[in-house]
Amino acid sequence: MAIEVRIPTILRTYTSGAKAVEGAGGTLDELISDLNKQYDGLRERLVDDSGLRRFVNVYLNDEDVRFLGGLAAEVHDGDTVTVLPAVAGGAG
Amino acid sequence: MKGAVKRAGEVGGGRGAGYAACMLTISPELRAKIVAHARADHPDEACGVIAGPAGSDRPERFIPMLNAERSPTFYRFDSMEQLRVWREMDDRDEEPVVIYHSHTATEAYPSRTDISYASEPGAHYVLVSTREPDSEEFRSYRILDGVVTEEDVTVWPTAVGAGG
Repeated sequence: MAIEVRIPTILRTYTSGAKAVEGAGGTLDELISDLNKQYDGLRERLVDDSGLRRFVNVYLNDEDVRFLGGLAAEVHDGDTVTVLPAVAGGAG
Repeated sequence: MKGAVKRAGEVGGGRGAGYAACMLTISPELRAKIVAHARADHPDEACGVIAGPAGSDRPERFIPMLNAERSPTFYRFDSMEQLRVWREMDDRDEEPVVIYHSHTATEAYPSRTDISYASEPGAHYVLVSTREPDSEEFRSYRILDGVVTEEDVTVWPTAVGAGG
């Protein structure tokens, strides 16, 4: 079972520069844990005590996983998961 | 060094990326588009991207973004718009050369929030302040591993079109 995960520039230090990696799992949670076994430390950049980190966008194919149950979102063979750190900031 | 902020023991040690002679070169048309966007959205913060060919460091294609926060003190790209734009850049072999936003009541300097969320290590972070009605501040920075380095801005017509 292979799910492609597209990695943003800032996290490629964990994947030795790879822009896309493969993982396995039935849910996003399991997939991220699988990736963490391959690329140590990656999970902590994506997940905190309350679930997916607020300023990291994770998409399952063409949808934001916030609308698919977050870490509980089901993933299947052939899916593509894309990670993009939110672009945000401001004076306040 | 004008306005540069550095922390002791920065990542990379010694004369790393933070000390490199950095400069943003941008056409007058693109600079004007950023300022016009900031003025139009004032008093909310405006935000956007200028894409350019990957590895070229040339800002060429102006992409104003919706501020999903619609706030005078905070901005965030809408997550689906960001996906669309990032995929489009990838398809066109581009990268975000400039990420810009405006401050509407404070100076054009990265805040702690700006620094903590900066996540495109190759981008020039442009800040515009619209706090004065008749003039604006337009400044550019590199933000790497929590370290802000101001850089010079050269406004120069580019060889390849006016961008946008």
